[in-house]
Amino acid sequence: MKSKWWLISLLICLIVAIFSPLASSSPDGLERVAEDKGFIELANDAPFQIIADYVFPGIENEAVATITAGIIGTLILFGLAYGVAWLLTSSRRKQTYQPASNRKD
Amino acid sequence: MHIPDGFLSTSTVAVASVISIGGVAGAVKIVGKELKEKQVPLMGVLAAFIFAAQMLNFPIAGGTSGHFMGAALAAIILGPWAGVLIMTCVLIAQCLIFQDGGLLALGANILNMGIIGSFSSYYIYRLIISFNNSRNAKLVGSFVASWVAIVLASIACALELAISGSSPTSIVLPAMAGVHALIGIVEGLITTVVLRVIMASRADLLESQPVTR
Repeated sequence: MKSKWWLISLLICLIVAIFSPLASSSPDGLERVAEDKGFIELANDAPFQIIADYVFPGIENEAVATITAGIIGTLILFGLAYGVAWLLTSSRRKQTYQPASNRKD
Repeated sequence: MHIPDGFLSTSTVAVASVISIGGVAGAVKIVGKELKEKQVPLMGVLAAFIFAAQMLNFPIAGGTSGHFMGAALAAIILGPWAGVLIMTCVLIAQCLIFQDGGLLALGANILNMGIIGSFSSYYIYRLIISFNNSRNAKLVGSFVASWVAIVLASIACALELAISGSSPTSIVLPAMAGVHALIGIVEGLITTVVLRVIMASRADLLESQPVTR
């Protein structure tokens, strides 16, 4: 149980993602300022769209599409940051391991 | 506060990108050297939580919403360099997969929400708990640090917009700082509640020395 704390934490993150359809659709702080101060039209659309605006394409029900996007993103971020941290520390693990194994005695 | 492409001038994009590349390179080096094995899954969990929580825009005054930033939460738990790395993962995924934040503006977004957010919150938190290390002081410190972090990030964002000629400083700076002073209250509450839950359930995760240099 104790070693699986991160699994429980990840489940909590996924539950948070499931609540994403309840999010306010009002413009956020920067968008609001850009609209009010008249520079929102400077924004360019992205040259490509994958899961644009956190709505998974091809799903009729918008809440389901948002939840799907949220779950996919949450899992990707867990894997990405875990993977990056693991890779960065794995080189050090090798380094600290080698002196012991290479010891000539 | 994700800046889309088109808001920033080429020179602003260039300068912000160079600073961010340097910051992320430093983070890679220091996290690789200092992060403990036990903290590796925590990196994943924090990135996942920050992404999910950022989707939950909450309404604030006047038809405006705000969302969690998360740099303070990451930096308080794992130190500023790990915070930079976690925020960079979140911002890259949001930019490439979810078209939130421009491709060219990625460096500026990493600078504002990652580097400025992580370092300001970490050092303010440390300063506050250097006077009083009690649990309540830590909770107050995390609230203040989170609020300052998002307000400073919004000020940096405003200055970049002003330097780029998108909007004059006298207009965009008070507007951005004002909105984010409100959003920062919720930012502070979320950080403090999450820290309180970790203190109650897995205080040992907070005990190991955060990654600093």
